[in-house]
Amino acid sequence: MTQLPETTDRKLGLVIDLDTCVGCHACVISCKEWNTGGYGAPLADTDAYGEDPSGTFLNRVHTFEVKPANKPAMVTHFPKSCLHCEDAPCVTVCPTGASFKRAEDGIVLVHEDHCIGCGLCSWACPYGAREMDAVEKVMKKCTLCVDRIYNENIPEEDRVPSCVRTCPAGARHFGDLGDAQSDVSKLVAERGGFDLMPEQGTKPVNKYLPPRPKQQQMADEPVNLAALAEPKATGFLGWLDGALERLG
Amino acid sequence: MHPAYSVIFFTVASGAGLGLIAFMGLGALRIDEMSTGFLLTAFGIGFALSVAGLLSSTFHLGHPERAWRAFSQWRSSWLSREGVLAVVALIVAAIFAGMWLFLDLSSAFFGVATAVLAMLTVWATGMIYAQIKAVDLWHRWLTPVCYLLFSIAGGVVLFLFVHALMTGKAGWELSSVAMIALLVAWAVKLFWWRGSENTPTSTPDTATGLGHLGKVRLLERPHTGSNYLLKEMGFQIGRKHAKKLRMISVMLGAILPILLILLAIPAPLDVLWLGLAVLAHLSGMLVERWLFFAEARHSVMAFY
Repeated sequence: MTQLPETTDRKLGLVIDLDTCVGCHACVISCKEWNTGGYGAPLADTDAYGEDPSGTFLNRVHTFEVKPANKPAMVTHFPKSCLHCEDAPCVTVCPTGASFKRAEDGIVLVHEDHCIGCGLCSWACPYGAREMDAVEKVMKKCTLCVDRIYNENIPEEDRVPSCVRTCPAGARHFGDLGDAQSDVSKLVAERGGFDLMPEQGTKPVNKYLPPRPKQQQMADEPVNLAALAEPKATGFLGWLDGALERLG
Repeated sequence: MHPAYSVIFFTVASGAGLGLIAFMGLGALRIDEMSTGFLLTAFGIGFALSVAGLLSSTFHLGHPERAWRAFSQWRSSWLSREGVLAVVALIVAAIFAGMWLFLDLSSAFFGVATAVLAMLTVWATGMIYAQIKAVDLWHRWLTPVCYLLFSIAGGVVLFLFVHALMTGKAGWELSSVAMIALLVAWAVKLFWWRGSENTPTSTPDTATGLGHLGKVRLLERPHTGSNYLLKEMGFQIGRKHAKKLRMISVMLGAILPILLILLAIPAPLDVLWLGLAVLAHLSGMLVERWLFFAEARHSVMAFY
């Protein structure tokens, strides 16, 4: 059913810390690894070793440069996947009912056996979170690892999305953003978590945490880096160094 | 946006075909001179164009064998509504045409119903694009208006051609209606095009949410190769040649058909001129529709 639920019991989603993310792409790879063998059709690569490699990914890491006026530029790594929006435009445009948002936890999913591969949902998503699989010809998207988070066959610590489990920097957090007392909600409140493209009116569940302000202000004068590379000797070697310098 | 040829052909062909069918529906109200040959030709062209268009629209699907499922979600999806409306419009039109042809009964009720349903179908086609907020150029109420006006213009030009073919004359009255329909449709389209100069709703600043910190620019793409998003949403050739292609579409779609219609009014060769007018108009529409997709910028490009 492509009508959106009025409310969902829970709002499961991710909180991504742009301050902590180091841009290692481990979440991209673990996502691909888990989801190519998990829910639905595998995530195909085409011409993987040829001239024009292309592939389906549910999570991608962009890298942006932010240049404040009169300050040095800073680099921000920016992982992007489905935001499991409350007003998901991708769901309502689906003509077949293949796309749906679950009333129990708010996860947006695709019933791949019902997908006709028209691509309209990928056009409707302002974030580019949906990709048509080039081999299976059905729409693929982040499932929030629905086959992990409720999976009682795997150890409890693994019952989080694959990207969250693998992140070596701890930049990704998973939880119920509908519950104000949950860890993720507290994190969002504390750090000023924000929505992507709020002007699109999609009400994303996933939140992003902004980079923290730089603690050390850069000196106005350019630092002489070459001087820092000069070896500094102490003790006997220091005396020898100075004596030899004086000899000319 | 990537211009899929099957979708371009579909919207142009079924737009004109449904326009002609709508005109035949309204024809039941006043034109009593239509011979069986006239009816067969007009309905034949109308149904052929609409059905060919609808069939071609399934060619761009990944799984055409599941296309029947697209009739189910009319409560929320304009694409589903379009499918349902197209089928209902064609069935009502077939009943209407059948009654007229075989029972010699030109039912005003079925005629008006045919016209209304055909136009609602075209409106739904326009709404498929107008509902997409992520594409600024499309997300305007003028988008379905353009689709509707082009369908009417295409329908009346086709009707004029069939009229000349079967009765041997074009006539001032009908020719004027056709020229006015063309002028109105293209005038609205010219106005629609001005939307391409609007500032984008979503920018790298809002896409990353980092705009308040400084000027945001992409440093590294997430991948070295291309991907589905760039192929589907990152189409840029259209914007490069947009100005020239707009000129070409206006020349072919509006100016040439109007000149040919003017030429056809006094001449004895009017069927030939009007045939050329139909071809010119449809070619202009193909260019216009290609541009409709190729020119449109999707908000996801703010991330690239």
